[in-house]
Amino acid sequence: MSLIELKDVGYQVGGTPILQNINLKINAQEWVTLSGPSGGGKSTLVRIIASLLSKTSGTLTFDGQPIEDYDPITYRRRVSYSFQQPTLFGDTVRDNLSFPYQIRQLPFDERRAVSGLEYVGLAASDLDKGVNDLSGGQRQRVALLRNVMIYPEVLILDEVTAGLDAENKAFVWSLVEHFNQDDNLTIIAITHDQAEIDAAKRLITIEDGRIVGGAE
Amino acid sequence: MNLAVNNQSLMLALGLVVIALAIGWKEKLGIDRDMIVGVIRAVIQLFVVGYLLKYVFRLNNIWLTTILILIIIFNAGYNAKQRSNGIPRALPISIGAILISTSVTLGVLMLAGAIKFIPSQMIPISGMIASNSMVAIGLCYRNLNAQFKQERQAVMEKLALGADLKDASKEILRDSIKTGMQPTIDSAKTVGIVSLPGMMSGLIFAGVDPVRAIKYQIMVTFMLMSATSIGSVLACYWAYRGFYNDRKQLTI
Repeated sequence: MSLIELKDVGYQVGGTPILQNINLKINAQEWVTLSGPSGGGKSTLVRIIASLLSKTSGTLTFDGQPIEDYDPITYRRRVSYSFQQPTLFGDTVRDNLSFPYQIRQLPFDERRAVSGLEYVGLAASDLDKGVNDLSGGQRQRVALLRNVMIYPEVLILDEVTAGLDAENKAFVWSLVEHFNQDDNLTIIAITHDQAEIDAAKRLITIEDGRIVGGAE
Repeated sequence: MNLAVNNQSLMLALGLVVIALAIGWKEKLGIDRDMIVGVIRAVIQLFVVGYLLKYVFRLNNIWLTTILILIIIFNAGYNAKQRSNGIPRALPISIGAILISTSVTLGVLMLAGAIKFIPSQMIPISGMIASNSMVAIGLCYRNLNAQFKQERQAVMEKLALGADLKDASKEILRDSIKTGMQPTIDSAKTVGIVSLPGMMSGLIFAGVDPVRAIKYQIMVTFMLMSATSIGSVLACYWAYRGFYNDRKQLTI
């Protein structure tokens, strides 16, 4: 059984179709890359999968159950979505890394935060660094770390490497590889980057709101 | 008492309006019509209110007083709703928040013995409380709308991380409540040194000893703090859910 299954999923706004007849099965621990021209509906699709938008037709099941059967909050803790050009919350890196604990009313695991920071190439002392003192690449790493402080099952990445230099891109990508290989996270990543498209394990192309290649 | 305004002196004071009209006409502000309508409305409304209050005060009936207070609250709620710019259920939220903030504040003042349930005290005090609560709630609505628009992505990111609606909106709520209360706090800070507010001015004008007059002003300061804080908190907490749908998605 697939972890995520979309059948004839459509989405329209005021009569204008944004997505049509999306049929897609994603297995647990799979790494799926979505590409296609801008405005083709990729972000809309992943936002529907992340339960940030609701489809207007078709069915979407997660772990065999229709998405409507899940409480959206609990579901989003299992299917985590990371934005392009993320906003960092509060004043410091700590405010961001402790957020996933705060919303679950759990004590902040500072040790895990520190080892996470070191793993993404930042220092333990950066925990109390102001978010405005971070570079673009560092912001993206902190945001990504925020998504995985408490592991989700699915990590959705919406062009998270866009706007980063080659070195940062490669680094972020190696992190995602680690999440997928070592921590068994299912990855759904949108990208326009040719190298990432070439390296895709499973590539799905979306154009004009339809899947034009890659779905089975 | 040295209160000597009569119809003749009012007619002469009308000259002040003529000055305003002349400025408006000379500077081509295009507001002469508005000014004339404003002046006529003010005169008519105040005459009606004057005679109505005279009648109500003489009658001194609990039910009539209560009905008038409820009308004040409804009007204030309706006006606050006009500022909501499409926030769902803004009318019941506004009326509810003003009703509770006014009732609590009036209740405490009565229990403390600061005012009595007689129309000449209850009606003006209710009007003061309700109108301040109304302004505070209007500011809250405007700030909620602006902040949800401005912080749209941050709110979505919090939702995407699995935050519930309250956690995702916490900063916006805090900021909006603060915005609602700010004018009251600011005027409390400057009361007496920048302006002599209405209550105190009125009493002094009527010949009351300033030392007694300030006691009433202190009471007003306390009651407006309470009214605007209760009104802002209730309106913000009731209204913010309107920015989400039943699938807990941001709809703005």
